[in-house]
Amino acid sequence: MDFILDLPVIGILLQFVAYLVQVLIQNAALIITVSTPIGLGALCGFMNERSGVVNIGIEGMMIVSAFAAWYASALMVGVLPSAAGPLGVTLPLLVGLLAALATGVLVSLVHAWLSISVRADQIISGTIINIVGLGITGYLGLLISQNSPPSAGNFNDLTVPGFVLDVPVLGWLANTLLDHGPITLSMLVLVVVLQVLLYRSRWGLRTRAVGEHPRAAETLGVNVIALRYRNVLLGGLLAGLAGAWFTIEYGNSFQSGMTGGRGFIALAALIFGRWTPLGAVGAALLFGFADALGTGIRQIPPPGDLGVVLSAIPPQVFSALPYIVTIIVLAGVVGRSTPPAADGQPYEREAKAT
Amino acid sequence: MNARGILTTVALPALAIVLALVVAAVVMILSSPLIDGELNLTLPITAYAALARGAFGSFNALVQTLVSATPLILAGLSVAIGFKAGLFNIGGQGQFLIGAVTAAAVGANLASASPLLAIPAAVLAALVAGAVYGFIPGFLKAFTGAHEVVTTIMLNYVAIYFVAYLITGPLRAAGASFARSPDVGAAALPILIGRNGHLGIIFALVAVPIAWWVLYRTTLGFEIRTVGANPDAARYAGMSPRFLVILTMSLCGLLAGVAGAGEILGISGYMPAGYSTNVGFDGITVALLGRSNPIGSLFAGLLLGAMRAGSGLMQIQAGVPAQMIDVLQGVILFFLAAELVVRYVFRLRATRGLGAELQTVSRSYGSQTAP
Repeated sequence: MDFILDLPVIGILLQFVAYLVQVLIQNAALIITVSTPIGLGALCGFMNERSGVVNIGIEGMMIVSAFAAWYASALMVGVLPSAAGPLGVTLPLLVGLLAALATGVLVSLVHAWLSISVRADQIISGTIINIVGLGITGYLGLLISQNSPPSAGNFNDLTVPGFVLDVPVLGWLANTLLDHGPITLSMLVLVVVLQVLLYRSRWGLRTRAVGEHPRAAETLGVNVIALRYRNVLLGGLLAGLAGAWFTIEYGNSFQSGMTGGRGFIALAALIFGRWTPLGAVGAALLFGFADALGTGIRQIPPPGDLGVVLSAIPPQVFSALPYIVTIIVLAGVVGRSTPPAADGQPYEREAKAT
Repeated sequence: MNARGILTTVALPALAIVLALVVAAVVMILSSPLIDGELNLTLPITAYAALARGAFGSFNALVQTLVSATPLILAGLSVAIGFKAGLFNIGGQGQFLIGAVTAAAVGANLASASPLLAIPAAVLAALVAGAVYGFIPGFLKAFTGAHEVVTTIMLNYVAIYFVAYLITGPLRAAGASFARSPDVGAAALPILIGRNGHLGIIFALVAVPIAWWVLYRTTLGFEIRTVGANPDAARYAGMSPRFLVILTMSLCGLLAGVAGAGEILGISGYMPAGYSTNVGFDGITVALLGRSNPIGSLFAGLLLGAMRAGSGLMQIQAGVPAQMIDVLQGVILFFLAAELVVRYVFRLRATRGLGAELQTVSRSYGSQTAP
């Protein structure tokens, strides 16, 4: 009896799996696009935490950089020529990008100083960045929007030539990996570069040593403080890039709180990805997939029984999906994912004899 | 308490507030071209004067300060108790929303019952719902090691969408022009003083001594503080860190849930679909400003409540957006952390002060294992 009752359920489950695969194949490029800020944020976290600094201020760094990119590029409209080059790159947009990068580094400097030199609590330092970041951008964003500033537009996606797209598999692959704006493309490059550097370079070895056992690294002549500073500041560049994605690549305007917690999801992606660049960005893609699935089901529900079942689920469930996935992933994975041993521990160069 | 203790407890937060007001004034002056069209050096004076009038200028203003402080005090207590146990509850927002929507739902169903039944039922339901929503990250931390900093933030977003679903779906009031829950009717908290001084103020004022008593005068409070100061020592002494983590997070959720109930039952009388709140981050500021102490949280909550209460008049009379208060809060926090900066600059030995308990939070983040 149970066997018969279960049959349609299995049918719907199979349909669901097939639908998931379909969404994955059809929306692969979109998934990579929406995962970009999470992936770049997770890479920022990677740079911090691998050298022993916890950074929960990624969200704040991203929103401030998003604001900087938007405002700086808007200020340059009319001042600088805006003839578009490849990928829709214009001078105002470049200024916006630079502003975002500089802002990311500047905010990171505050975090680095508070958590490395001052040895303040790193979680508090991150929280301050989040609160001030959301507050100041909300305040200035409101004031500036009242004067309705011009928009500098945004970067365009790379156009893959049609004859490449016609090739089976390769065309799909090219479309998935290349049909993006410069920021998303840079994430795809950066993740590979960082992964290689982490395991194949002197910098990578030193970073891992400083994150695991700073005292030992110092004994071997590594300047722990300097390396942590450098990595946190470089991480700031990545957070700046993630912020710029919101206002000059994916969209072209700024709204208060527009980062929507992606800086926090990035933290979860980092943990899920076991503190490696490839793992972190892979996890970011999983969250992007949950996001795309929610959007896909809302816009084009699958046909048949599955569509009936999925359409009966309230749309908010799908909106909440990335966050729920994060919680499940954290709960399921954390026990088997080991962070750098010195993560979150301030380093004191000369240990006082006690 | 010796002189030094008084200095660090009162003088440093006061200094942080003064410095933050100065920084905020600079931000106002720099942004004044966007408000007045030209650089206005007196804008901070106009703004702060309006802020003070809005917070203390009349009897109703004072009542409004109390009303605004109510959720802040409760949220501050919620964060402070977490800090004591070495837990960082960033989930105040979610717990608040779950408490608020529960109060709205129970209140709507008991709208025509006796207030003597409706009010306790709605408040108790909110309290339990908030506690359950705090229990989840506590349980996850205790048994899987998932760090509460990340899980509580995720649960905030889940709560936002859950509330949106309820208010636009099963809880939507029939015939309302916008998506909102039905009126809570009899469950509305009575107004005790002034124009809008509702019963919820009493909740906050009662919660403070209770929290203090539990933390400092009961075995449970001792265990909570021990597990926060040194989880290993707590375990060796026969306490159960797992149980304490779950219980403390539930208490955090309970307090934030009561705050949510107070706002819905005491102020709006229903819950609109896009109900948004900053109470989670505000609670962090309150708890840190109040040195993770219930009494301190009371004063810090009153102070930030005054800022919130006055921000409306500041926006009307000086044109400075109310978001300025968020900036102010962040800068206050920065200068509180700067206590360490001062020690760093003058090479002073660190004493047990702000952040001492929080080091357990950072350490536990680094280990990510179940207690």
